[in-house]
Amino acid sequence: MTELRIEDLVVRRGGADRVRGVSLSVRSGELVVLLGPNGAGKTLTLQAGLGIEMPNSGRVWLDAENVLRLSARRRARSIAYLPQSRPLAWPSRVEDLVALGRFAYGAAPGRLSEVDAEAVEGALVACQIETLRHRRADTLSGGELARVHCARAFAAGAPLMVADEPVAALDPRQQFRVMDLFRTFVSEGGGALVVLHDIALAARYADRLIWMQAGQILADGTPEETLTDSRLAEIYGVRARIDGRSVELLGFA
Amino acid sequence: MILSRLLIPGLGLACLLSLGLACLIGSTPMAPDRVLAALLGQSSAADQVIVWQIRLPRALAAFAVGLALGASGAALQGLLRNPLAEPGVLGVSASAALAATFTLYFGIAGSAAYILPLAAIAGALAATGLIALAALRTRSVVTLILIGVGLSSFAAALMSLMMNLAPNPFSLSDMVTWMLGSVANRSLEDIGRVLPFLGLGLGLLWISRRGLTALTLGEEAASGVGVDLLRQRLAVVLGAGLATGAAVALAGTIGFIGIVAPHLVRPWTAHDPARSLVPSGLLGGVLLVLADLGVRLLPTQAELHLGVVAALIGAPAFAWIAARRSTGHD
Repeated sequence: MTELRIEDLVVRRGGADRVRGVSLSVRSGELVVLLGPNGAGKTLTLQAGLGIEMPNSGRVWLDAENVLRLSARRRARSIAYLPQSRPLAWPSRVEDLVALGRFAYGAAPGRLSEVDAEAVEGALVACQIETLRHRRADTLSGGELARVHCARAFAAGAPLMVADEPVAALDPRQQFRVMDLFRTFVSEGGGALVVLHDIALAARYADRLIWMQAGQILADGTPEETLTDSRLAEIYGVRARIDGRSVELLGFA
Repeated sequence: MILSRLLIPGLGLACLLSLGLACLIGSTPMAPDRVLAALLGQSSAADQVIVWQIRLPRALAAFAVGLALGASGAALQGLLRNPLAEPGVLGVSASAALAATFTLYFGIAGSAAYILPLAAIAGALAATGLIALAALRTRSVVTLILIGVGLSSFAAALMSLMMNLAPNPFSLSDMVTWMLGSVANRSLEDIGRVLPFLGLGLGLLWISRRGLTALTLGEEAASGVGVDLLRQRLAVVLGAGLATGAAVALAGTIGFIGIVAPHLVRPWTAHDPARSLVPSGLLGGVLLVLADLGVRLLPTQAELHLGVVAALIGAPAFAWIAARRSTGHD
């Protein structure tokens, strides 16, 4: 059982409070989706929650440890992170990219221990990219590349996963494939905090939804509790028809 | 795959061959057995002087400079995530040469043998530090390269100013040598003086190589997989600064080796900055030893400077790599 707990996080950038006292948690066995319009502070919350961006105030706990004081390597062993922007500097081979997920264990592409090689293999198979292993990243389609990045994150074998828009710019089928990966990860005992923009997809996969607007959390609960047409109108300014976990967007509110 | 595995042994062999060739060939014709005897100290004093004090030091100096620049180029490219990053392009070499010329202009270089190397290394560290500071503020590598171009031009302008105002023809000639780049008349002592800095610099690059691979994913994801970005930047900047400074202290400015060598090596190392580090250094060494051999053999009236030849070959290569890249991304 592992739990990441963010308490009263405040991040100031460019003279404005971009994250204003956010508290949230994610623990093993749950898939938590963070929702909110562009500029709500979702990405900054994740970055500051991992100590990749330093928050101006607030505390972040990984069980009893202070995340903001952990070394990057120690943190990476407990929390895998999939950032929103995923630029690749070189046309690396797929298996080498996935192997980078083992960095925190001292591994390097072409120099993997038995445990590392097993983890990489497992991630390749889980993300269904084992046939692509020798391909160069610049020859892959968007959907394939998204699964390579997921495999890189899963290869770490960390109990928790934080992912920022892992399905951005993917077609519906590829979105389901990637979200299924997270679902499987959680059903096998992992915990995931995922930022999504697709409300229907979030409602379908999430155990818990966290709704953010203007740097603050407005609601935190199961889709059944928190997914309402009035909330969508309040946060996104859109009109919607909601039936259980299914969402139909109708236009401006 | 087989070829990749043979890369380092092959390049190692090429290093030995090129160094051997550089000892064999010169203005005094010497048969291989005479050169071998001289190397082993079993021949006439004149032969030993030719091999031990003229040919070998010159070849070793060229090799050390190529090694430093090739490895620094590979590491800076990994850090800045761009194949055009290189000590010469980023203004590191020019700043080191400027600091060296400074000591020549004011005549303090003559007071102690280690002053000029130290000045060159300080100049290189200042420039790499500046580039790294700029890298903290901007994510655009193009901006960094433009800053380097500006730094390079400014250092060249200051060097021109000092040459313009040179107090006497001797110091002018010394300064020209630093600007043009040459390994002629280097002694084993000269090499020995910069060796600690070179070794320290290359050592720092070696221990930071794994992080360079992780930076393939971008800084945010690299930090996510466990790279300490601050420490990584510091190690590469210090390492490349020390190695480049040592190279400039030995030979003046020699450009483009740091671009050409990694570029040739990368396809054989799966485009991995870490696995490119050693081969880039070795190939840089081989290329410079061979280029210097060419310089010695060309029957020109005044001897060509190595840096001039390197730029003549390297600058078009730089333009070619840049042009091919623009069709891709960034």
